[in-house]
Amino acid sequence: MTAGGPVTGEAVLVQDLHKSFGPNEVLRGIDLAVAPHEVVCLIGASGSGKSTLLRCLNLLEPISSGRIFLLGQEVTAPGIDANLVRRKVGIVFQSFNLFPHMTVLRNVTLAPVKALGMPRAEAVAAARDLLARFGLADKQDEYPDRLSGGQQQRVAIVRALAMQPQIMLLDEVTSALDPELVAEVLDLLRELAAGGMTMVIATHEMSFARDVASRVCFLEEGLIIEEGRPADVFTAPRDERTQRFLRRIVEAGRM
Amino acid sequence: MSTDPGAAPGGGTGDQPGMTLGSGLGLGPQQAGSFGTTGRGPRLLSGGGRKATIVSTISTLVVLGAIGAVFWLAPGSAAFRHAFFSPSNMWQAFIGDPKKGYYSVGEAIWLNIRMFLAAEVLILILSLVIALIRQSTGPVLFPLRVLAMVYVDFFRGVPLLLVVYAVGLGVPALRLPVISYQSSTIYGIAVLTLSYSAYVSEVYRAGLNSVHQSQVAAARSLGLSQWSALRYVILPQAIRNIVPPLLNDFISLQKDTALVGVLGAIEALQAADIYASAVFNYSSFTVAAILFLVLTIPLARFTDRLIERDRRRRLAGVLR
Repeated sequence: MTAGGPVTGEAVLVQDLHKSFGPNEVLRGIDLAVAPHEVVCLIGASGSGKSTLLRCLNLLEPISSGRIFLLGQEVTAPGIDANLVRRKVGIVFQSFNLFPHMTVLRNVTLAPVKALGMPRAEAVAAARDLLARFGLADKQDEYPDRLSGGQQQRVAIVRALAMQPQIMLLDEVTSALDPELVAEVLDLLRELAAGGMTMVIATHEMSFARDVASRVCFLEEGLIIEEGRPADVFTAPRDERTQRFLRRIVEAGRM
Repeated sequence: MSTDPGAAPGGGTGDQPGMTLGSGLGLGPQQAGSFGTTGRGPRLLSGGGRKATIVSTISTLVVLGAIGAVFWLAPGSAAFRHAFFSPSNMWQAFIGDPKKGYYSVGEAIWLNIRMFLAAEVLILILSLVIALIRQSTGPVLFPLRVLAMVYVDFFRGVPLLLVVYAVGLGVPALRLPVISYQSSTIYGIAVLTLSYSAYVSEVYRAGLNSVHQSQVAAARSLGLSQWSALRYVILPQAIRNIVPPLLNDFISLQKDTALVGVLGAIEALQAADIYASAVFNYSSFTVAAILFLVLTIPLARFTDRLIERDRRRRLAGVLR
């Protein structure tokens, strides 16, 4: 990964990405390439830098150094309009972050109408389609606090999808959910993956990662220690740190 | 108040923790007992049903009776009552009589209401601008941030009456075109706006801070501009959180309109003062006081209702 110029073939290309919060270096030189329609899962302990990496990709965090290309365009170049970039890249957070003062339908239509300038009727029709597709048709007039955690997270994903993003970033989207609600969200992600959505997913759900990921990256202390096909990484990890992490996961009964 | 808490019937009943708590806090027993509409944790302070109602009624009567007795039995009671509560003077002051050289207090209160309404709108706008400047982060806006901070510090630190004099007497003295030739009502509205915007901007700021940072991240990550995120996501939530403290400031604004009277505007207090000087009777002040209470109490009760509704909504949110 030494190419200097934009590589048009990749949906996501990260080169030597560093990110520090004050004296604390959270990302210490990340290189990552994600092809279109690929699903990459980021695994690793809490604090390994998965979330920060996703937030950097969405330009929610200013980076310290390095370069990021999205859909062939360098988004870390000076003068880039972050809003335009974010409209093509959806991100969903661990804590849902739905807008509590708006109904589900308004949550989903707000950005298409206000950021894309889509006519309201069109945005509403599109939102209804999406909600129906993910089993949320009867929830469109509810406020978020009337929904279960799983429903809220599905609405959050629909809200991101309503912007018709070309890449989806998912930051531990099931970590805040009760165990019985995890499946409905993961099923939705499986459906998205099957539909060819390019996704980067930070997750603790190892069996899910093994199922849907075309590639798994193991992060530790701000570096990608090991990456490869899930079958290889999970069954025959090469690096000793990956082995140790996976052993702990198995002992905790999470795989 | 010279009431002994032990004299309140509520203090002795062991099955009413609310009453004993009220007395223990040094609240008058009538506050703890009968005025259940104050929204101050009704579940905590209310006793059990009919018995509580009887007890609180008796305790209220005892307290009011004690206060009344002081006024009625004081050596100067008759003169006092004539000076402040003479019904004929109160009526005269209320309707006014220009031929005799005094204005109607009842009519003058409308000027207070108009100043209040005008200032309220201006305050809501100016204070939001100040709050947004103070909350901004860009280095370009640094000078504005300093200016906003100095503004807030200044107007919160200087007595309102002093600002009324400074603007009401100082600005005309400058003899600037237009600005120096306004009515004292306009100067009054300007002063109230300047002074209250400093307070209200801090209320706004607290409201903006009460919206979690993750809401900003969610809005921006959807590609909404900073302005759209503020307009559609942050502000609606912030304002919802600050309605009670905002109304509290406006209750206070309603009565501070009386300060504009020192510039000669015939508002209620000024009209009452003119009556008192002309007739040598202070009942006009009582009329003004009643009129201000009529204005402020409904807003106060409305604020209580909002706080109570908000409390219930939050409790419901937790239970869900």
